[in-house]
Amino acid sequence: MYKLLLCWRYLRTRYIALASIVSVTLGVATMIVVNSVMSGFTTEMQDRIHGILSDLVVESRDLAGMPDGEWQQERIRQVAGDLIEGMTPTVVVPAMLSFRYGGEWQTRQVNVIGIEEATQSAVSDFAHYLQHPDNRVPAGMSFELRPGGYDTRDHQAGDEAPVRAQMTDAGWTHRRRVARLREFQRQFERDGADRAEVPPDPFRQPTTVPPPEYSPHESATPEGAAAPPTGNENLRPPPGLLEADGQAAPAVTGTGAGASDPLVDPFTVRARDPAEFDPMVDQHTGAVVGFGLVSYRMPDAEDRFLLLPGDDVQLTFPTAGTPPKPISDKFTIVDLYESKMSEYDSSFVFVPIRKLQELRGMIDPSTGIGNVSSIQIKTRPGVDPAAVRDRLLASGAFPAELYVVQTWRDRQGALLAAVEMETAILNVLLFLIIAVAGFGILAIFLMIVVEKTRDIGIMKSLGASRRGVAGIFLGYGLSLGLVGSGVGTVLGLLFVRNINGIAQLLGWLTGRPVFDPSIYYFYKIPAIVNPFTVAWIVGGAMTIAVLASVLPALRAAMLHPVEALRHE
Amino acid sequence: MSNEPYAALRPRHKDDVGRTSSPSHDMAQAPVGRIANPSREEGRTGSPSYEAHGLSGPHFDLPESEPAGPEQLRTVDLHKSYRKGPIEVPVLKGVNLRVHRGEFLAIVGQSGSGKSTLLHLLGTLDAPDRGEIHFDGCRIDNLASSGRDALRNHRFGMIFQFYHLLPELSTLENVLAPLMIRQTAVGYFRQRHRHRKTATEILKMLGLGHRLTHLPSELSGGEMQRAAIARALVTDPELLLADEPTGNLDHATGQGILEVLRTLNRQRNLTIVMVTHDRAIAGQADRTVQLADGRIVK
Repeated sequence: MYKLLLCWRYLRTRYIALASIVSVTLGVATMIVVNSVMSGFTTEMQDRIHGILSDLVVESRDLAGMPDGEWQQERIRQVAGDLIEGMTPTVVVPAMLSFRYGGEWQTRQVNVIGIEEATQSAVSDFAHYLQHPDNRVPAGMSFELRPGGYDTRDHQAGDEAPVRAQMTDAGWTHRRRVARLREFQRQFERDGADRAEVPPDPFRQPTTVPPPEYSPHESATPEGAAAPPTGNENLRPPPGLLEADGQAAPAVTGTGAGASDPLVDPFTVRARDPAEFDPMVDQHTGAVVGFGLVSYRMPDAEDRFLLLPGDDVQLTFPTAGTPPKPISDKFTIVDLYESKMSEYDSSFVFVPIRKLQELRGMIDPSTGIGNVSSIQIKTRPGVDPAAVRDRLLASGAFPAELYVVQTWRDRQGALLAAVEMETAILNVLLFLIIAVAGFGILAIFLMIVVEKTRDIGIMKSLGASRRGVAGIFLGYGLSLGLVGSGVGTVLGLLFVRNINGIAQLLGWLTGRPVFDPSIYYFYKIPAIVNPFTVAWIVGGAMTIAVLASVLPALRAAMLHPVEALRHE
Repeated sequence: MSNEPYAALRPRHKDDVGRTSSPSHDMAQAPVGRIANPSREEGRTGSPSYEAHGLSGPHFDLPESEPAGPEQLRTVDLHKSYRKGPIEVPVLKGVNLRVHRGEFLAIVGQSGSGKSTLLHLLGTLDAPDRGEIHFDGCRIDNLASSGRDALRNHRFGMIFQFYHLLPELSTLENVLAPLMIRQTAVGYFRQRHRHRKTATEILKMLGLGHRLTHLPSELSGGEMQRAAIARALVTDPELLLADEPTGNLDHATGQGILEVLRTLNRQRNLTIVMVTHDRAIAGQADRTVQLADGRIVK
């Protein structure tokens, strides 16, 4: 009883000891914050990776792919059919993406992925990352350009995401406007320079140097919106053009609809040849382009687009033959893919698998069966993908020299391991901080024992045992740890709860953003508080506090009563 | 269990308190003698006269100034020396002392004559180098530390020149400290009301009823020594060891403390061994022995 009473009194009267546990408090608070944020990032990232990749992939090591996707799927089904929910074949090939922006051609390195739009969404969250609501509904994904209605706000984020004004008229509206501008420009060239008629090719490189072109981007900017930096202000199209377009747009519902449009561009008065490609009404094969390939993010988290759904791009990739030869074709962007993993968003271009197989010569002309690069597999709920992988490997149907069988974790193993390692090292470092705090407690406790020497003698003269005296100081250490880690827990949890506000405040104070959304692709800092982690941290801190008080407590217990009583 | 030879002395807390209604004017009247003292009922002390002398006991009609009872404390050839660096300084060189039950013995001696050391040995705070100490016929100098702790807590009371109150605790809590030390937290908590009542009554009888919640630093020297006496009495000891109890007090206050001790000795038949260097103070005891050069000389 006297132990409790004295612990309580010491706790209330020795403020120097309270100072020593401030470091425990800070250490605990920091550990909680760091662990919560790291686990928030990890969970966010794992969810995304898992959403992007299917559970399991059987991949050919050859760029030309493996023969007959249907037969391969049948083989997989035979081995592990009871564990598999769905499969989809894909063709993956490195490629070059070329597009024209502001009169200049830009080329980027990408990975073109041929997918079956019907089954792709069943094995991964592919559709979830698209920008048109109709493309996101189950089995609603289509490589047809939509008339409009693309999201003007990041649908994966909340209200904090800034409006994407440029997306307002993405789709056919945008495509028709661009086409009309190009037509206007050609007309201008014809009339002004008396030049031979230019074929209606939007990607045609100008052979001579006529006065400036209208960039597609310029035209895409809604009236009144801030012009992008590359635009040429005094070369806006005549207002009538845009108005006419604005009225016409809702009537256009897809390919061919524009043929009888009464409000068609006044400059396009030529007779329509059905065989001729008319960008006003025709689209190339659809392509879903990674978000990061065609946009960039401003420091204030606003996204600026170089291209929009409706613009055309050119893809160049190797054929499947030996040696591979480059082959190019035009595609029309029908949607943007935003998984928020910059690695994927800045490299993926999705096109219909059949078209890709045709272009690359992967289809056997006699049977019409195409090669595929990989087969993505979704396992049934509750099935560990690693178990399916092991079964497929053990079956011998997919020898390792020809095929790669990997789970999504295997594919991103290095990244996940790096994050785990980072978390572990941070924890070790922060725990060392608490250990340092433990030495602070040790020093202060030794001083308190010296200060309390006579009291210890008194208690011994009253019959307190050694164990009892040691108990006072161990209990004191425990209560200090309790107070320190308790306050630390409260502080840490409050910090995590208001982390975004604090980040903003810090950014405002220091003048530079603490959390830059243009880097992280998140608009706010994700944080997940794991109760077990908190319990471990608190337990660890208290253990350190108690361990630090063991030596002083033993010292107090071993004091000789008479010497203690004589202590001045 | 050899470690705890006095386990049987643990209080049973018969409701002795308040059984008496003696109209005595003496401040150390009835309850002091019997408060929270269970051991008497167990007959362990084996002292009929002591037993009979409690005010609340059935044989209240014994004379107040009783001659010394049977031997309670005895030392045999006690030796103790301290080591100062390489030199061994002998302090006690064969002390033979007998203390009888109910006796008020004063040990006088010059400063450095070893009287405090002797008291510490008697109180089992220290162990002699050679010799024996017997208490109630049992040897106590060679007990294990837990046995000595129990002895100090249950059967001895000690007061010191510098009072030695715990500065963080109030007067009442200081008095309760031996009871808290004796019991587990749960056990104490169950009986806290009884203990509080006991301690409050003792403090009231010593004239500190208005100082219960004061910290020691808010008390005068005399009040602190009274609080220390109350703390020694709360466990109802059989032997009170006093180390210069008046050494730090002015004459009048010291005299008051001495009165308290004398009253306790007479009323409760409490054995008191007091150490002092002041012959005038020592003269008020029943018997005085002198310690000089490590030996009892008179």
